[in-house]
Amino acid sequence: MRITSSRVVQTIAAALAVGVIATGCASERGKDEGGGDTFVFGAAGDPASLDPALASDGETFRVTRQAFEALIEHEPGGSKLVGGLAKSWKSDETGTKWTFDLREGVKFHDGEKLTAEVVCKNYDHWFNWTGTYQNSAVSYYWQTIFGGFAKNESKETPKANYKGCTAEDELTAVIEVHEPSANLPGGFSLQALAIHSPKAIDAYKKQEATGEEDAISYPKYSQEAGTVAGTGPFEIVDWDKGNKEVTLERFDDYWGEKAKVKKLVFRTIAEESARRQALQAGNIHGYDLVAPADVKTLEKEGFQVPVRDVFNIFYVGFSQEANKALKKKEVRQAISHAIDRENIVKTQLPEGGKVATQFVPDTVDGYSDKVPTYPFDTNKAKDLLKKAGEEKLAVDFCYPTEVTRPYMPAPADMFELMKSDLEKAGIKVDPKPMKWAPTYLDATENGTCDLHLLGWTGDFNDAYNFIGTWFAGYDKQWGFRDDKVFDAMKAAESEPDVAKRVELYKKANEVVMEYVPGVPISSSPPSIAFAKDVNPPTVSPLTQENFAEVSFK
Amino acid sequence: MLRLVARRLLQLIPTLLGLSVLLFLWLNRLPGGPAAAMLGERATAADKARIEAALGLDQPVWVQYGRFLKRLSELDLGISTQTGQPVWDEFTRAFPATVELAFVAMLIAIAVGVPLGYFAARRRGSWLDVTAVSGSLVGICIPVFFLAFILKAIFAVQLGWFPSFGRQTTGIDATEVTGFYVLDGILTGEFDAAWDALMHLVLPALALSSIPLAIITRMTRASVLEVLGEDYVRTAESKGLSRSTVRGRHVLRNALLPVVTAIGLLTGGLLSGAVLTESVFAFGGIGSFIKTAIDERDYPVLVGFIMFIAAAYVVINLLVDLAYSLIDPRVRVH
Amino acid sequence: MSTKTDKIDRLAELTAATETSAGAGLWVEAWRRLRASKMAVIGAAVIGVFVVVAIVGPWIAPYDPTAQLWRGEVLPNQNVFVGPRGENWLGLDHLARDEFSRMLVGARQTLLVGVVATLLGFTVGAVIGGVSGAALVLGGKVGRRIDTVVMRVIDIMLALPSLLLAVSVAAVLGQSLTTVMIAVGVVQIPVFARLLRGAMLAQGGADYVLAAQALGVRKRRIAIGHVLPNSLSPVIVQGTLSLATAIIEAAALSYLGLGNPDAAQPEWGVMLAQAQDYFDSAPMLAVYPALGIIITALGFTLLGEAMREALDPKLRS
Repeated sequence: MRITSSRVVQTIAAALAVGVIATGCASERGKDEGGGDTFVFGAAGDPASLDPALASDGETFRVTRQAFEALIEHEPGGSKLVGGLAKSWKSDETGTKWTFDLREGVKFHDGEKLTAEVVCKNYDHWFNWTGTYQNSAVSYYWQTIFGGFAKNESKETPKANYKGCTAEDELTAVIEVHEPSANLPGGFSLQALAIHSPKAIDAYKKQEATGEEDAISYPKYSQEAGTVAGTGPFEIVDWDKGNKEVTLERFDDYWGEKAKVKKLVFRTIAEESARRQALQAGNIHGYDLVAPADVKTLEKEGFQVPVRDVFNIFYVGFSQEANKALKKKEVRQAISHAIDRENIVKTQLPEGGKVATQFVPDTVDGYSDKVPTYPFDTNKAKDLLKKAGEEKLAVDFCYPTEVTRPYMPAPADMFELMKSDLEKAGIKVDPKPMKWAPTYLDATENGTCDLHLLGWTGDFNDAYNFIGTWFAGYDKQWGFRDDKVFDAMKAAESEPDVAKRVELYKKANEVVMEYVPGVPISSSPPSIAFAKDVNPPTVSPLTQENFAEVSFK
Repeated sequence: MLRLVARRLLQLIPTLLGLSVLLFLWLNRLPGGPAAAMLGERATAADKARIEAALGLDQPVWVQYGRFLKRLSELDLGISTQTGQPVWDEFTRAFPATVELAFVAMLIAIAVGVPLGYFAARRRGSWLDVTAVSGSLVGICIPVFFLAFILKAIFAVQLGWFPSFGRQTTGIDATEVTGFYVLDGILTGEFDAAWDALMHLVLPALALSSIPLAIITRMTRASVLEVLGEDYVRTAESKGLSRSTVRGRHVLRNALLPVVTAIGLLTGGLLSGAVLTESVFAFGGIGSFIKTAIDERDYPVLVGFIMFIAAAYVVINLLVDLAYSLIDPRVRVH
Repeated sequence: MSTKTDKIDRLAELTAATETSAGAGLWVEAWRRLRASKMAVIGAAVIGVFVVVAIVGPWIAPYDPTAQLWRGEVLPNQNVFVGPRGENWLGLDHLARDEFSRMLVGARQTLLVGVVATLLGFTVGAVIGGVSGAALVLGGKVGRRIDTVVMRVIDIMLALPSLLLAVSVAAVLGQSLTTVMIAVGVVQIPVFARLLRGAMLAQGGADYVLAAQALGVRKRRIAIGHVLPNSLSPVIVQGTLSLATAIIEAAALSYLGLGNPDAAQPEWGVMLAQAQDYFDSAPMLAVYPALGIIITALGFTLLGEAMREALDPKLRS
């Protein structure tokens, strides 16, 4: 059945709604309080948009990931790339031509079929974005992976690396880029580049995101259910902003294994302890970003807290231009030796946390076992400082307040621990607490703090996604120029062969740690908790849980 | 009376204009922009510059102010930088929650505070009086967020009598009419939804009512004591009027005058408490919304909100004055 | 005429009443009543203990409040906490520091926030209110204008939710102990401004002012030499009450994440906010600072209310 006009649908829907109200049809309202068919998950924040292409945050992706799939996905519970909407993929030897072999019989929520043309339609839609869509707050991931657009409207927008997409046959799509990039093929797995129904794309094109006012206004289609349509196991049916709930329903024509629960609800509970209490009180079935201090409590009470693999890095950054003493390698080494990383992991991080030896977690290809290490040794730190003639070293140490990131659950407490360590080594520490956004982020990025705490959660399994963002060239945050480091990064970046690239990353990690631009502290899995009576999904290091796996016991 | 209303409303215009200038100068002093809040550690300087240019934040203040005034004259409050949605929509969504919460909190405060204060005054020095007085003193000394936290830990988490967060159980799927969930449930005949919404209100309203309850109790008590000492009460008693007449017509009525004023204006002051209570109970009202607006430098929301408060202040004052003249004919509003 | 303003105005009128009706006699009477009031005695006692602890606390604290002396014994991520024991009377906090020492040192910070904030609110408020009141009493038509404008702004400041006012100040200044003091102090400015102005107005009509005017004393001298000093007694009452509000308000700011984050200056509000994260496993860590705040605020409230009653002839028993 084809519906010719959307107005007809609206009218019918309105009439139905009135009918429901008028007859007081209470029996038809779903009343199951969580149990039965509805799985309720406590999210830390509202999604920004129902169109993942416009977003760059985990809260949005957690929701959209259930409804949209990309060409490539990560294996459940791991960081290896596996087929998504494309059964398989390959690139030519230059790394500029990527061929995708699409899955057959994939249907979108609105009944459309997945073809190579649909894939190209998506990529071309993003490539041809204009106006506010070119703002990096809106198209962050497109710009990170493919650079700019068909017609860049701002000088600041990077040059486009995307060349074009062609449908070789119904199920073979070819995407070409100008230069090989370390961001590929990982970039194809990003939720922001998930494939939408062609009908939905046509509808999107009619709407503008506007930015002339004081804020970026997301287009209407991304703020209410109805227009967006993907291929995932759930389809988004409602976004109740008043109650902060996004409701998804099982998509019965899903190509893969169908979802086990009929309804999936993401409910925003901003405060950490409120999320925990909601789970304890039985109001929700699970929540993410459990505070490390709550893990044991929850486990003791019988809740399930499966441990994720790590995929992030937490580090102390040195800004060499802020404090000349940091230009001396001995000083950087001394600080590395002075910090008791074991203690931080032991007391502050959730189960599964690890001490870091380099700027990538050990789950990322390119992690090297042969990097120079700087074990906790206060005396050695003192010696090194003496050698450098910096026995009276004083540092400004910036840390963010009132924020938890997946890689640093309690920055202020971690700072206290490090401060105490550094003071034992005779370094005077001047605390500089700042509000996360924008003060702290501004300060760290401009390199105005001698020492600062920061970290990174990977988007996909490529070491460049970690170290490339920091050490590929001069960066104000670090404030150093070292050709050995920069060259090692460049060599890896331009290598199209993935296996060879991994070897070059190992080398690069060794070079970086030889130079010690900062102290990698730890990698830690953000904890996720579930109620006793559910079978939780396979937890993922990339926090890409697939809620179709969830069921009730 | 009409002239008074008209004059007060006219006064509103210069007040709001002056306030908007102050606001703009003030907000311009806030460090940083919304760009960093949007991208977190992923934002580069170029990203931020571009976002701010798109938002017009790189223009001089007076240009921004001009734009703001123009929009305001069209009754457009702009777009929230947090959510990318019109500020007006966000307000209409969040206000009913807070109004509902504040209303129930006030109801508790009045229903308990007025009788408590009255009887405490009548039996001055009795254990009831001592309890009421000391209770109300302690009441204003407990930080609201701590009280809310304790109430939640005991009654929602430990005992499970009430829900721990939000306004509505997921899956209730109630029909929304006015945005006041209890009222909606009654209007549409979905009584289970109304009950559900009411249960969600109990704990936050209790926490929020602590301060107004303490103040109302104390005010009623003091006011009744004062009236009891007045000549006309003694006159009425010596005239041989029945005790209930004296109490009802003279004591209570006169004693309630200042209490009415208090109630009108405490409601406005409840907003401070609402910021804290809503945050503890993830209530999704205007309190928590404004808190994030400050955190994320959401200028349009802040400006819109403060303008609203100022306007509401003038209007509430007007209403209180009118109520005054209705209750007490001696008070003539000039 | 809100409750706040009502209350303030009422308080302001009291001085005039005391001065004109019975002169110094009533001060003596007020003092007598104050001493007889149980509320006042308890309040004063609580404040006394608090102030003594605040002054000597850092010296009698058994340990350095910032030293993580028992590192390894407390594992917050494993729910391992150390409760009260011989060497640590109140146990250890989440970073293995001595809670008792932190409470002692925290008393000083808490008192400091209260006092400085109140002084700030008083000073700025007194200047604004004083100027406005003096302008009205002595300044003719222009003076009346000035007064109207100033009071309009003050009224709107009173109408804004105090917490939001404080939060926005904190947002501008960044986080530090000074910020907390200023943010909490700013909230008190309109209160004191209105109070002082009201008191001056009440005094303006008092007999001795009229007498001085008749004697040809210059207006400025009347305002500064007579009216202002005589208007101070309600300010002292309000100041006492404000100390309570300031301590609670500072705790609320900490809860919202705008408190003083520097661990070297432990403050009860911050300690309370931090301890809530560990409430399930170590509830007492939240209870100690919470009790500290409640009892201290209660002390100031009791004394303030007792003083108000003692000054108010209408409430005489």
